[in-house]
Amino acid sequence: MEIASFLIVFFMVRYIRTSLQTAVRFPEWERILVIVQYAASGLLAADVFLDSSITKWLWHLLLLGMVGAAYLLKDFRPVRNVWLAVGPYILVSLFKDIAKLIDSDFYESISTVVEIAEIFTLVWLIATWVSTQRQQKALEKERLKRLQEEEQSRIIAGQNVMLEQLVAERTAELTRQKEELEQTLTELKATQDQLIQREKMASLGELTAGIAHEIQNPLNFVNNFSEVSVELIEELKEERRREDRDIELEEELLTDLTQNLQKITHHGKRADSIVKGMLQHSRTSTPQREPTDLNNLADEYLRLAYHGLRASDKSFNATLIMDFDEHLGKVSVVPQDMGRVLLNLFTNAFYATEQKRKTGLAGYQPTVQVSTKRLSDEQIEIRVRDNGCGIPKTVLTKIYQPFFTTKPTGQGTGLGLSLSYDIVTKGHGGELTVETEEGEFTEFIIQLPT
Amino acid sequence: MKVLVVDDETDVQILFEQRFRREIRAGELIFAFAHSGEKALAYLNEHPSEYVLILSDINMPGMSGLELLRLIKTTYPAPPPVVMMITAYGDSESHDQAMQLGADAFLTKPLDFNNLKEKLKSAL
Repeated sequence: MEIASFLIVFFMVRYIRTSLQTAVRFPEWERILVIVQYAASGLLAADVFLDSSITKWLWHLLLLGMVGAAYLLKDFRPVRNVWLAVGPYILVSLFKDIAKLIDSDFYESISTVVEIAEIFTLVWLIATWVSTQRQQKALEKERLKRLQEEEQSRIIAGQNVMLEQLVAERTAELTRQKEELEQTLTELKATQDQLIQREKMASLGELTAGIAHEIQNPLNFVNNFSEVSVELIEELKEERRREDRDIELEEELLTDLTQNLQKITHHGKRADSIVKGMLQHSRTSTPQREPTDLNNLADEYLRLAYHGLRASDKSFNATLIMDFDEHLGKVSVVPQDMGRVLLNLFTNAFYATEQKRKTGLAGYQPTVQVSTKRLSDEQIEIRVRDNGCGIPKTVLTKIYQPFFTTKPTGQGTGLGLSLSYDIVTKGHGGELTVETEEGEFTEFIIQLPT
Repeated sequence: MKVLVVDDETDVQILFEQRFRREIRAGELIFAFAHSGEKALAYLNEHPSEYVLILSDINMPGMSGLELLRLIKTTYPAPPPVVMMITAYGDSESHDQAMQLGADAFLTKPLDFNNLKEKLKSAL
């Protein structure tokens, strides 16, 4: 049975060494264990060469010492349960040897039982051994898995750090971009203001010729009526110097004089209102709403637009139709803003008729019509209609977009309708809609609350 | 002599009547007024061969003075009356066009009435 003892010692030592990793954790035990192993080998050799009974007692001592050490010592606590596997064998073999020593006859009578028991203890040992190994393997697997998980979480943690860094970088970049965008937005707002101002100036430019014409006419009347009044006074003086004064003629001259002075005032005021309108049109300060006669405003701007175009294009001509509702009443609007809207709609209307005229349609009479109407106590309407080229369906959705224009480059800012739309809707809480048929007509409808 | 004045400004009538009051009183000139090209044509058709001189503004809404001139020169029965054009825009383009269409004179606003009187007298 010495081989069995040797193998038990051998495997037990190996088991303890690997389980406890004594080489790393307990170097002094490692040394002792190695000595134990050598001792076991020596004992086995002694067994083979010296036929002595002392060796079997040394085996017993060695096994008991090991199991006892494993059971009792604190450092061996994890492998303490080794006695469960080895204990039965040691006890049985010890019992056998002691029984043999004390009473060999008695032993002979029970030897079969003892030997069977010994075999059972060995089977038990091996079974326990295998099951422990299996458990060990499962534990090892578990440990590896945990290690892997740890490794993974370490990698994830590393990735997290990297991600955090990336996020910080991105955030910094985004913040920078946001600041840049804000800067750009501010610049764009400034540009927009400039563009609106430029659009105002551009339409003022369009107006200039019209204004010149519109002012020239009343001024001519003022001059002419004052000159002719001087003549009338001369005639009156002549008449009064005569012996046979013609009272009737004198009365007539005086009536004419009164009429002339009224005409002078009338045309003076006419010029005055045009200049005022022009000043208002170019003003940049915050405009104020005031009760406005929209019929007058429409009339004034239609003439301005018409004469403005006439001045730049001598061949241009159109019939103007004004259909004003006498009961429109005054409407609270910003006159210069609404004037700009009207001017813009008129200019577009004239442009549309001009486009159609250029196609050389026989018997085509360009016509632009403006009409006003009170719809209810709370609402009025202004319609600007032309019989021009109309708006194609494809562009109809874009006409209010800033910078959208169908005019050749350099001729339109593309801001006219966009600004008009803003003025009517945002500025006055109204609506700007359009009805059109390509090649037939276009009609813009402004509806304003009163 | 009968003169038809065509201008969309209605106050032109009062002005002409006063400026030429001596001539009107003396019966030398008789004025009629039309406020658009269309009305002028209608008036001429109602009074055929009566008016020997037409004084027309060019820049009028609707039918322009030039169009009126063309119609008078092409459709009005002989002898064609004298037609003088008036415009606020003294541009050469309008001038050339008016002359080409057969205008007898081209005047610019503001009107010099003394000059106009002389022209009318010479047309007599």
